[in-house]
Amino acid sequence: MELTLWTYEGPPHIGAMRIASSMKDIHYVLHAPQGDTYADLLFTMIERRGQRPPVTYTTFQARDLGGDTAELVKKNIKEAVERFKPKTLLVGESCTAELIQDQPGALAKGMGFNIPIVNLELPAYSKKENWGASETFYQLTRTLLKEKVSSSKKISPLRWKELGRRPKVNILGPSLLGFRCRDDVIEIQRILSEQGIDTNVVAPLGASPNDIERLIDAEINICLYQEIAEASCEWLKRNFGMEYTSTIPIGIKNTIEFINEVHNKLDLPLTNKEELEHKSKLPWYSKSVDSNYLTGKRVFIFGDGTHAIAAAKIAKDELGFEVVGLGTYSREMARQLRATAKDLNVEALITNNYLEVEDAMKKAAPELVLGTQMERHSAKRLGIPCSVISTPMHVQDVPARYSPQMGWEGANVIFDDWVHPLMMGLEEHLIDMFKHDFEFVDGHQSHLGHTATKTKDLINSYDKKDNNPKKGIIWTESGRAELTKVPFFVRGKVKTNTEKYAVLKGIPEISDETLYDAKAYFS
Amino acid sequence: MLMSKVEFNKETGPREVFCGLTSIVWLHRRMPDAFFLVVGSRTCAHLIQSAAGVMIFAEPRFGTAILEEKDLAGLADAHEELDRVVNDLIARRPEIKTLFLVGSCPSEVIKLDLATVAEKLNKRFLGQVRFVNYSGSGIETTFTQGEDGALKALIPLMESSNEEKLLLVGTLANNVEDRFKKIFRNLGISNIESFPPRQSTELPKIGKNTKVLLTQPYLSDTVRDLKHRGCEIISAPFPLGIEGSTKWFLAAAKAFKISELKFHEIISPLINRAKLALEAHKEILKGKKLFLLPESQLEISLARFLHNECEMDLIEVGTPYLNKDLMKEEINLLPDNTKIVEGQHVEKQLDRVRESNPDLVVCGMGLANPLEAEGISTKWSIEMVFSPIHGIDQAADLAGLFSKPLRRNQILTTKTLATH
Repeated sequence: MELTLWTYEGPPHIGAMRIASSMKDIHYVLHAPQGDTYADLLFTMIERRGQRPPVTYTTFQARDLGGDTAELVKKNIKEAVERFKPKTLLVGESCTAELIQDQPGALAKGMGFNIPIVNLELPAYSKKENWGASETFYQLTRTLLKEKVSSSKKISPLRWKELGRRPKVNILGPSLLGFRCRDDVIEIQRILSEQGIDTNVVAPLGASPNDIERLIDAEINICLYQEIAEASCEWLKRNFGMEYTSTIPIGIKNTIEFINEVHNKLDLPLTNKEELEHKSKLPWYSKSVDSNYLTGKRVFIFGDGTHAIAAAKIAKDELGFEVVGLGTYSREMARQLRATAKDLNVEALITNNYLEVEDAMKKAAPELVLGTQMERHSAKRLGIPCSVISTPMHVQDVPARYSPQMGWEGANVIFDDWVHPLMMGLEEHLIDMFKHDFEFVDGHQSHLGHTATKTKDLINSYDKKDNNPKKGIIWTESGRAELTKVPFFVRGKVKTNTEKYAVLKGIPEISDETLYDAKAYFS
Repeated sequence: MLMSKVEFNKETGPREVFCGLTSIVWLHRRMPDAFFLVVGSRTCAHLIQSAAGVMIFAEPRFGTAILEEKDLAGLADAHEELDRVVNDLIARRPEIKTLFLVGSCPSEVIKLDLATVAEKLNKRFLGQVRFVNYSGSGIETTFTQGEDGALKALIPLMESSNEEKLLLVGTLANNVEDRFKKIFRNLGISNIESFPPRQSTELPKIGKNTKVLLTQPYLSDTVRDLKHRGCEIISAPFPLGIEGSTKWFLAAAKAFKISELKFHEIISPLINRAKLALEAHKEILKGKKLFLLPESQLEISLARFLHNECEMDLIEVGTPYLNKDLMKEEINLLPDNTKIVEGQHVEKQLDRVRESNPDLVVCGMGLANPLEAEGISTKWSIEMVFSPIHGIDQAADLAGLFSKPLRRNQILTTKTLATH
């Protein structure tokens, strides 16, 4: 039993719903009690969908348990098939139905429908949402393509040459409730098309079962989000020989590497290599002089595996930040994230507990947090600027404007989204610096609102926030005065270091000189 | 009973409603010294955080002890595991005075005995934390029914007293509660308490001179247990809208033998003021067709208010379940031939929505945007349980919840500025 106050991922059947809702001509009969229908609002409210998810919930009740819940399942399946006329039916159960073992998938298969039926077994007590999405997409792909396995010969990435046409690829992984998937797909298709590569199928987002059957018309697969598509890509590789990409095109360097990887696999010459560096404004914006202040900014990163790893690379290599914390809630991608963390010389944080993330954030004393909506809240409490880079989805993460994370435009979006909160941080510093000037209007509101630390109660507030206030150390008048002169975004760090130094050296009172001694000691 | 004029129907099939766990969202705010620990699955945790307005701003006073495979396979003793989770929780949140152990669908199906767990914990934490248990499972309860279970679970902890008092039962917004108490005092009823109270430890004492006035229509089990404790239940419609609230105050006044003169002296000015405030909304709602899907259990009272006071036409009034006894005063106020549908077949009901071409549909959050996309204006029912809508003074605000989507629709479809 695990105490959970809030969770980054829902149960696995929510993952299945993400696949079903992303696609056309599919219906999902979910053996579940009435409360599970809350999941519809994730799609209709958060993602602002104008259609209901294609899901029929059997909504069994306690009084049904004594009788025949299997009959109830069959009735719902029959009605759903008659009403919605899906081309493929997904059948599964949520946590409670798993316990009563009606085996709805097997029941559905015995009902004599002439459509493919995918029996989803998603263990609700050990797995989570992304796993459920991945497994559903895999089972669906397998069900719709398994008959073609023996008759097909291995697909060569060079087949397009024999066929005398442009190379074709599939883009696999984008789904509803995935971070900026809608726009990433457009961006990636644009990039591929510029390189003379056609998109065969995008799936699951917008695909129909017929499209899944057509996957093998492409030469290779683009695995855009490993959390969702890697299992399917691997199956397609094993059974049809289709190769798939492993680079996630987030950030300039990764986008270029991605383009190279695709070209290498397809044996397609890359003609516009030099142009690629200039496709996005990020490299120049990052090089321009006023970005100098970004150098060595301490950044804490937490999110799903794909976005957290990508963010760490961009932060370090493209913006010149210092990564002081890196973590993910995607256990499936823990190994990869650990490797990245090792390269960056930070400890990887793999957890589903947001309070642990908040603690790590506090200890790392970052100047910028890149996280989920939950980290945005934690950062707000700590007075640290934050930008959201990952699911779980919030209505704000589905902007009206075009704002991908991937490709050239994605890099532009990332530059703006990460740097603007920091500029606000700089503004904060200026407000702090000039507030003693007579022109300064009292009550000038900073963007951090009331959570911004006021200088006068700085030491007190830091004492309150600190988990382990250094007992027995006194800040003298001059020490306090000097501390207030330190920019607010490093003040916490300076205070902690100075106290650490005082303890180390057995200094009972911290004066202005102690601050400078500590600064020299730790530099 | 005088109910023949109303048409009753029952429907079964796939439903689209929240389960009783959802009520934790307002109950934990009502009692800031209580913690609600759901014993359930990741789905339960995900449901509450999704229904609670998508994101929590601080460490919440509700959580889920998530059952894992080893708990189900009998590898771990679920009772011992729960014990461990509770110990951790209390160590982390020492300010908690009452801990609700809330049963869920999976805990009910595996027959986890939360009552025994609560009993054992009560002994161990005697004088520090009190433990009560109830079920908010979706196989037994619908949405607001969760509050019924939570309140029923508190009744055994209430001491007995024969003191005469008015007991308001059902969660109210704090400002509405204050307002009601002031009005009752003005009427001459001075001993008034609320259940649930604002502090979980300050439970009202009850007995044969306790006169219970329900503020919410979803408390069947609570009412039954209060009756067993000797309380007198004052029969009244619910305090939604001017009419319902007036009759509600009047029923209490009669029970406390307040003179009619006094009643009119206090209530009439409120009525006049509220009618004035209601006018603008009535202007918009008048003659519009209303379809209520079942969810909050407030549907019948809302239908009564929106027809009788705002002159809307009722197409269909859905309700998750119907307690005819508890609802009799409300049903008697409904217009002739009102179609009440108990239960749901969501697909067939949506067919009827489309066929009847309503101007406004009251529904759950999962259905609202899809209906809007079809050109049908909606109001989400969950807003009724989070907004201060009770009482005469709030009648215009209540009407405003329904007139706003229509007004917005009008703004967005009318061209007021010339295009150049």
